[in-house]
Amino acid sequence: MNWLGHIAAQNKLADKGNTLLPIPGSAKTVRPDNVVTDGPYTEIKEFISGYIIVRVENIEEAVELAKSNPIFKIGGNIEVREVLKRN
Amino acid sequence: MQQNSISPETILPHLFRQEYTKITAVLCRYFGLRHIETAEDIASETFLKASENWAVNGVPISPTAWLYTVAKNKAKDYFKHLAVFETQVKKELPTETEQESHTFEFDIKIIADSQLAMIFAVCNPTNSTETQICLALQILCGFSVEEIANAFLTKTETIKKRLQRARNNLRNENFQIRELGATDVQQRLDIVLKTLYLLFNEGYFSKTNNKLIRKELCAEAVRLTLVLIKNQLTNTPQTNALLALMCFQSSRLEARINDNGEVVLFEQQDTNLWDQTLIEKGNYYLVNACDGQGISKYHLEAGIAYWHTTLANETKWPHILQLYNQLILLEYSPVTALNRTFAFARVYGNEKAIHEAEQLKLTENSYYHGLLGHLYTNIDFEKAINHYQMAVELTKSKTEKQTLTKEIERIKEKQIG
Repeated sequence: MNWLGHIAAQNKLADKGNTLLPIPGSAKTVRPDNVVTDGPYTEIKEFISGYIIVRVENIEEAVELAKSNPIFKIGGNIEVREVLKRN
Repeated sequence: MQQNSISPETILPHLFRQEYTKITAVLCRYFGLRHIETAEDIASETFLKASENWAVNGVPISPTAWLYTVAKNKAKDYFKHLAVFETQVKKELPTETEQESHTFEFDIKIIADSQLAMIFAVCNPTNSTETQICLALQILCGFSVEEIANAFLTKTETIKKRLQRARNNLRNENFQIRELGATDVQQRLDIVLKTLYLLFNEGYFSKTNNKLIRKELCAEAVRLTLVLIKNQLTNTPQTNALLALMCFQSSRLEARINDNGEVVLFEQQDTNLWDQTLIEKGNYYLVNACDGQGISKYHLEAGIAYWHTTLANETKWPHILQLYNQLILLEYSPVTALNRTFAFARVYGNEKAIHEAEQLKLTENSYYHGLLGHLYTNIDFEKAINHYQMAVELTKSKTEKQTLTKEIERIKEKQIG
């Protein structure tokens, strides 16, 4: 919460995003030919736990903001991606 | 006629504040907002007659009933005698109000409904914030142009111009003064709450040193919010949260400003001066505000204000910080960002908070420099003084300048000692 507040206080939070539930039954993967499997967890080691959208000048600034996220304390990592705004 | 033992001089100013706006609102129900000046004239004449009559005959047993009867008769006379009515006004009045117009009633329900509708009429989204508050003070609170100018530390001419524009909007919009409908509430409740919130803040963070004016502005905001609480449609969780916020803040009004009109910082306030009754009322409305249907900025601000009414303990500042975190996610504002950093400092220490504060980059904001000055005080004297000096330069408020200059002097003393 402090991390989000820290970004919002700089007026750089464009969208507080959502947290993806990390519990069984809360995820399905749909594959070609109507194959549906549980979660993404069974197939890959990592799963996405949430996202936010920040408003910054460049990707380096976004990386700086990401550095103070508490997820690193529990072994997580953060992927920073540029968003192409849909019209 | 039976008489009251109170003298007209003591009761009239008090009654004027309370009843002038009510009478105007009720008359506007019959005349339409287009003719608000006529309604105001009749309300003024009513009070003029009261001051003349009561000085000779004494104050009647029920002064308000007396006022309503006189206002009613004056309104009837107005319709009866004025030829203008037949030629100009009548054709502009919609037919449904025409029937009502000759039977003026001043019962409790009509007064309450008209007052509430008037609040909604005044809170027009097209007005600027400042204009909105001026108009509210004049029409809803019965302030004179001079009183408003005093409260804003602005020239009467400026206020007059502002009011003129706003009143034109009000007349032309043709908002109906009648029992409020669900659509009105849906469309305007947000802006109504915001106006009352700003009205309160105008008193609480006022530019003027005059303690009396400040208290009065806050009290008026509370009174108008109570009008909303009394109506089922407007008695929403948000309204309750706003009222809770006002109660908590008001509880410290006495402690917050000293007799010279200077602001007393939170830490230096005499907690004995905090009004416990108001704190309890705040608690009551805050509980009412929580129905599990989501929270507004008023909920969060009331939550923060609640924690400020408690004495220092371990959980106080972490709670306040979390509430600020939520508040800043809901709506960014420089003030919230700075207040959040202050709470952050109380939880994690000044050094970490300096790092946090400097990233806000609000270099044109006097509070930004005030905060940095405060955070640097025991860490770096030079930087603390520099920031405080910048704050002094940037602030427009005289009181603020005084408070900041005092801080600079204190640091300089420490520096030497």
